[in-house]
Parts: sequence; structure tokens; C-alpha cells
Amino acid sequence: MGKLSRIAWLYIGAVIAAAALAIARGPFGGINWAQVVVLGLLVVACESVATVLKSRSLAWSANSTASLAAVILVGPVGAAIVGACTLLGVRRGPSVPQRLFNASMFALSAYLAGRTFLLFGGHVGTPGPSAFPGIIGPFVGADAAHVIVNFSLLRGVLWLTREPGAPAGRVGLDFKLLFTDLGYGAFGLLIAALWSVLGPFTPVFVLIPVFIARWAVAQFAAQQRSYEATVSALCQAVETKDFYTRGHSERVSRGSVMIAHEIGMRAERVEAIRYAGMLHDVGKLGVPTSVLQKNGSLTDDEYAAIQLHPMRGLDIVREIGFLDEALAGIMHHHERIDGKGYPMGLAGHEIPEFARVLAVADAFDAMTSNRSYRGARSVPEGVTELRKWAGTQFDPAFVDAFVTAIERDGWKGPESVAGEAAGAVGESAAADALTAGLEDSEPDSSAPAEPLRAIESL
Amino acid sequence: MAARRYEPRGFPRQVLDSGQSLLVVFAGLLVIAAVAQTAVAGVKDVRVAVAFGALIAFGELLRLTMPGDRETAPIAMAGALAYALLLKIGDEPARQSPQQVIAVAALGMVIGALPHLAVGRPARLPAMAARLLAVACVAAIFRPLANASLIGSRWWSELPVMVCLVIVAWLVEAVIAALIRTDVLRARFGVALLDELRVQLPLGAAVGASAILIAFAAEIMGLWAVAVFTAPLLVTQVALRRYAGIRATYLQTVRALARVTEIGGYVEAGHSARVSRLSVAIGRELGMPEPQLLELEYAALMHDIGQLSLRDPIPGGATVLVVREEQRRIAEYGAEVIEQAGVLDTVADIVRRQSDPCRPAGRGQEPPLSSRIIRAANAFDDLVGSSVEPSRAAAAVQRLRLDTASEYDPRVVEALSRLVSRQSVLGL
Repeated sequence: MGKLSRIAWLYIGAVIAAAALAIARGPFGGINWAQVVVLGLLVVACESVATVLKSRSLAWSANSTASLAAVILVGPVGAAIVGACTLLGVRRGPSVPQRLFNASMFALSAYLAGRTFLLFGGHVGTPGPSAFPGIIGPFVGADAAHVIVNFSLLRGVLWLTREPGAPAGRVGLDFKLLFTDLGYGAFGLLIAALWSVLGPFTPVFVLIPVFIARWAVAQFAAQQRSYEATVSALCQAVETKDFYTRGHSERVSRGSVMIAHEIGMRAERVEAIRYAGMLHDVGKLGVPTSVLQKNGSLTDDEYAAIQLHPMRGLDIVREIGFLDEALAGIMHHHERIDGKGYPMGLAGHEIPEFARVLAVADAFDAMTSNRSYRGARSVPEGVTELRKWAGTQFDPAFVDAFVTAIERDGWKGPESVAGEAAGAVGESAAADALTAGLEDSEPDSSAPAEPLRAIESL
Repeated sequence: MAARRYEPRGFPRQVLDSGQSLLVVFAGLLVIAAVAQTAVAGVKDVRVAVAFGALIAFGELLRLTMPGDRETAPIAMAGALAYALLLKIGDEPARQSPQQVIAVAALGMVIGALPHLAVGRPARLPAMAARLLAVACVAAIFRPLANASLIGSRWWSELPVMVCLVIVAWLVEAVIAALIRTDVLRARFGVALLDELRVQLPLGAAVGASAILIAFAAEIMGLWAVAVFTAPLLVTQVALRRYAGIRATYLQTVRALARVTEIGGYVEAGHSARVSRLSVAIGRELGMPEPQLLELEYAALMHDIGQLSLRDPIPGGATVLVVREEQRRIAEYGAEVIEQAGVLDTVADIVRRQSDPCRPAGRGQEPPLSSRIIRAANAFDDLVGSSVEPSRAAAAVQRLRLDTASEYDPRVVEALSRLVSRQSVLGL
């Protein structure tokens, strides 16, 4: 955490101070402390099993349920105390400043939600039959306020602790989560309403569906991770056939994602283009090895065989349900803006956006890697080459985006192949020839392995 | 190379065989009887009936398919169970008869299913019938007790009854689903039931808890409980749908990528798909539970991935014809590829051991059952190919049987033989 900027520290400090002030000001009269304790325990339970989201710096938990129940049952100050119980969650991961920030963020969100609830005419206390439906309006207001404050504070801290120069797209939160949280907020109303029937046992029953949903979210994340790993492993298997292209799919995937982030693509599309990048060359398997590894120029027949590979690739991936846009990208990644590409000879914006993105990343990685017929170019040479062909072969907008991203984040080209080839089956004789000349092209960017921003929680 | 479409495994969508028709007819008769009796006796609390009917219809509209082609409608089920378990709406005691519960649930389900039919999706009547019967059981037990005020009026007397009944509903649905699977997929009932109970447990728990919460919340919130509950139920449903979606995509992707060996000319077109279908059928015949079947399917799909390491494809891709050392090398390489993924280590192990004979000489360990199944299925497919001629299949089984002393597991070959004689795996 030492690397955080002064503004980030000021921001975190301000949030903590505001939360402390909100709680310290009171008033504490009329708060049912038994309810605060039970709801606080609920927060601790939810926090202890929070789901770490994919980006690793965010976690999702169902605390808001308890905070919002507290808004109705014990009012803004009580709700703030309940929210602050996040601090006590038993979970490895967040550091002390993160915990403090999270707890303050939840306290502040709950406090403002409670104020909104009162503002819209809600009454604090255990609601009875007469409270409905009048309580629903103020509660929805409180729910919305809670989500908005939570998201704003979180967005703020992610923005202030982002990696220097990162594009806006990378700081973004998944806005679907916003609706998810709004939906879970409704459980808060249920806890409050059921309190007069089930008493303090209410949270136990309400927790069951919440935890099942959490289970599903965790399962989803786990499946997605293994899915990604499996696709990547299979792609590597395909690449073993053509020794020179080892790691190519992975890098094209990375490059495409860089462009996608830079132009601010939506998260799902970024996901899709990542898979498209990994899978864009599977069709090469249908091309005879002798053609792929040929030294020197190709005959017309051989060239025709190579031109077929996007269609072959399409043949393989067609049956993967989710990849709609990715399919078009894979099929057309060898089209050119001037219409001289293959397989269809599309031009300009007839070419699907995914294909135009993939083409840039694909060509760049091909240029900066060794090939059987030439050595690797350096990254600056590759950039010059991209710029040269922008407008004829590539979409200039995506070339610009890619160059901007490379200049900021660097480009991780092929590793020196000698070590990597040791364990692999197949051609190892060629390894020596490939190690030369790569050091220069290695940009000195330290790849941000573990981002320092790790402030948590929604 | 023509893109071969794989037949999705699972229920034949439109064809109902006798067991399922019986179930649907039974449920249909039950509904007719319930509707008739409700019509005669008159509908009690029309507003409540309409509100819950609407929730059920909404839930049915949003039904989702969980892994293993299991169709569920959690929101509809929670709504229907809540309606069956309702004690009070505000201060008014709920007095609907069991027949009325069944009628409302059935009507809601039918209305919710109509849009699906309109866009040409299958009706999935057996799954609907199973849900309806589960609700009917709960209503038949709980309504008479509740309507006669025999349950008491405190939560600690009501709750245990409700929990038990929700468990009953879960069991009924699981038993019916297991019976259907036994019938259609020729799985063993015991195994199918355990699979069903395991798969349905999280969903059943969420549905049951939601139903009980709605029933209790209605005492305080009146019908607003239905509306307020819809939001979190929807969120849960979205999470489940995403999970089911990625599971399906995963399988599709492995199926698709397993075909790289075909595109590359290493194996005959459709080989991986046939071997995996046959392997899963054998595994099911031998009573393997579902998680193992899934691993078996992955392993069978990718069993030839190791051939990518070969410079030149084996003629016809028939690994049964190459020497043992070569087979082992291919299997080893395939396992290495799969291990790279880091999440499929069991699958990698199955692939690694597929070339080992079932009774290894010396002190070697017996390969896992899944490996033995893939070994036999692969050999069978290498010998038979895409041919559907029964005599050729029988001859192939005969040849495998000759090798059961050392090469192939006799149990596996016998299971294969039974399958072949039933012709159920040859795509007929």
C-alpha cells in the first residue's frame, strides 16, 4: 500500500473520517441494540464468505442486505454501525487500510441510505402489517442510495489507485453488479418485515437463498476460470504443430484485449474478443505442416491452402454457442481495409469490428516474432510497420489504439524459446535459431503482475 | 470437411415414451380433477390466487436449464410452494383448498409455458408434471392441516412442518426426475436418484427457503410479499443462469476443440464425438455417477489430442493399429496438454492411462475405469468407424472380447456388447 499517491490517501482518510463522524454524531436514543448486534453478526457472516470477483481487486458480498434491514429497524446511525461491522469479517486478503476503507464505505452508504429512507417519509422501527405498502417507496429510495453511494465511493478509490495512465475502461466496475445489488437490497426489507414473526432468527432463513446465490456466483467464477484455462491449453496444443507460432494465440488474444480496452469496449465483448484471439488460428491445423513451415515463397496452391484457414477455424468454433461476434472475427481476421484480403475480400467497415481488431494484433505479433523465413522485428519497427499499413491493411483507429496501449503498457513478445522448448514434444532442433535478437524487443515495462490497488468490496 | 452436428445427449425433446406419457397423463388427470372441484366449490381469495398464479406464470416463463439438461423453474416452484404453505394474508387466515392450489399452480404453469410454445420451444411436459406433482403433495398434506388450524400460530410450531414439506417436495421432484432419466438414458435408478438429489440440492434449498419466507412474509406484508420477493429471486435466477450458461459453453467448447484432430486429418471425422458418446453410454451402463461421467466425456473427447504431436497422421487415425510405445507416447502427450489447463487433472490422468492394458504385467496399477472404458470404446470405433451395420459392430465386439484376458476390461466389453445389441449408441 506504500505506493498509493497522496491524493488516494487523502481520499481514503476522508471517507474514514466521514464515517466516524456520522456514527459519532449520533443520536443513539431509541436504537434497539439487540437488533444491531444480530445484524452486525449477519454482516460479519456475509463479509467472511465474500466472493472475490474476477478482477481480484474486487469482492462481492451480501452485506448490503443487512445494512438495509438496519436502515428500517434501527435508523441511519444504527445502520452505519451495522455497516461498520464489515471491519470484523474473517477473511484473508484485504489489508488493514483496505478493511478500514471498506468498513467506512459501508457505514457511510448505510448512513446515507438511512437518511434517504427518512427523507422519503419512512418510519424507523419493526414494521407491522400497517406499514405496507407505504414503506416500499422509501425503502426503494434507501436501496438506490445505498448502491449509488457504495459504487461512487468504490469507483473513486479505484480511480485514484489505478495504475498510472491506465485507460478509463480498466477502472470500470461491472454495472450489472449494480442491479444485482439493488435486487439483493430487497432481502433487507424482508428481514425487517419478518422480524415481528421470526424475531432474531430471521437472518438465518433469509441467508439461505442469499448463500445459494453466492454459491452460484462462485461456481460461475470457478467455471469461467477453468474454461479459460482449458481453451488456452487446447490452443497451445494446436500451436505445437507450427513451432514458430508458439504462444501466438495467447499474445494475439492479449493484444486484442489491449485494443478493446483502449477503445472502451463493453466487458462482455472484451471477453468474447479474448476468446476470439485465442481461437483465431485453430483453422491452421487443416493446413499441411510442410506449407506452414516452408522457407521461401509459396506456390499458388500452397497460398490457397493457407487462405482456407479462417474458414476451417470457423468450422471448428461454430458450435460454441456464445461466440457470435467472435465467429465473425475469426472468419474475417485476414480481411484488409482496402478489400484485398481473404476469404471474402470485404473492405472498410464491411469487415466486422472484431476482425479489424484481431487483424492488427495478429499482424503485430507475427511481425515481432520469428518466422521460418525471417527473424523477429523489434517493437518500434513493428509499430512503424503498423502505421505504414494503417488505412490500407488495418483500421487506423485500432492501430492508434494499439500503439497508444503499447507505448503505455509495453508489449510482451515471445519468450526466449530455448527454456520453453525443453519440456515440449517435437522439434527442438530449431530452438537455437530462435533465441537470437529478442532481448532488444523486450520492452522494459514491468508487467503489473499484482496490481497494487486492491481496495475491495461492493 | 463437413461440419458434423453432434446430437445433444439427453432427453429426446418431442418424443415421449410410455413412462413419461403415463406421468403426463396422470398429472393431467389430477389437474382436471382439481380444476373441476375448485370450480364447484368456488375460488377462495381470488386476489391471492391471481397474485400467486401470476408469480408462477412469471417463473415458468423464466425457466432455465441446469447442467445435465435439467429443466427447472425455481421462481415458479417457490411461488407454488409458498401458495401451498400460506397461513395468513395480513390478519386474514388463508383458506384455499389443496385442489385450488393445484389448479392455480397448473394454470400459472400453462400460461407461463405458452410464450415458450409460441416461439417454438418444446413444452417439456414431463418436467412440468414433476413440478406439479411435488406441489400437489405439499398442498395435499399441508392445506387440510392449515385450514383446520391444526398447526398452531407460532413460528416454532409452523416452521418444522414447512421445512419437512419442502424437503418432501424436493424428494418427489428428484424421484420423478430420476425415474425419467432411468427410463430415457437407461441409467440405474439408484445412481440417477443420487445424481438428481445432489444436483437439485442447492436449488431445492433456495426454492424451499424462499417459499417459506414468502409464506411468513405474507402475514406481515400481505400480497406485497410476492412483489418484494420477486427482486431477489430474479437476482438468484440470473446467477444460476450464468452458471448454467458457462457450464454449457465449456462442454460445447471442448466438443468443438476436440475436433481439431479431425480438421488436421489425424482422425476420421466424428471419431471423438462417437467415442465420447459410446464411452458415456458404457459408463452409465456401469452405473457411474454424473460428475465422473462428465470427466469421462471430457477425457473421451480429448483422448486423441496427443496425436497433434505426430508429424504425420496415422493412416485413418486408428490408434488401435500402432505399436504400444507409440500409443503410450501419444497418450502421455495428450495428458500433458490437458494438464496445462491446471483444472482437469483427473481428466489428464484418464487420458494418460488409456493406452495401458487393463491387466498390466508386473506390479503396475490397474488403470482407472474411465481409461478402460475409453480404451475399449476407442478400439471399437477404430474397428467400426461410422458404419451402422450391426454385423460389423458385433464382429468388433467379438474381437475385443478375444482380448479381454489382458487388453480390455471384460466388464466394459460386456457393457459395450449389451449396448450394441440394443443399438442405442449407433445413432439409430
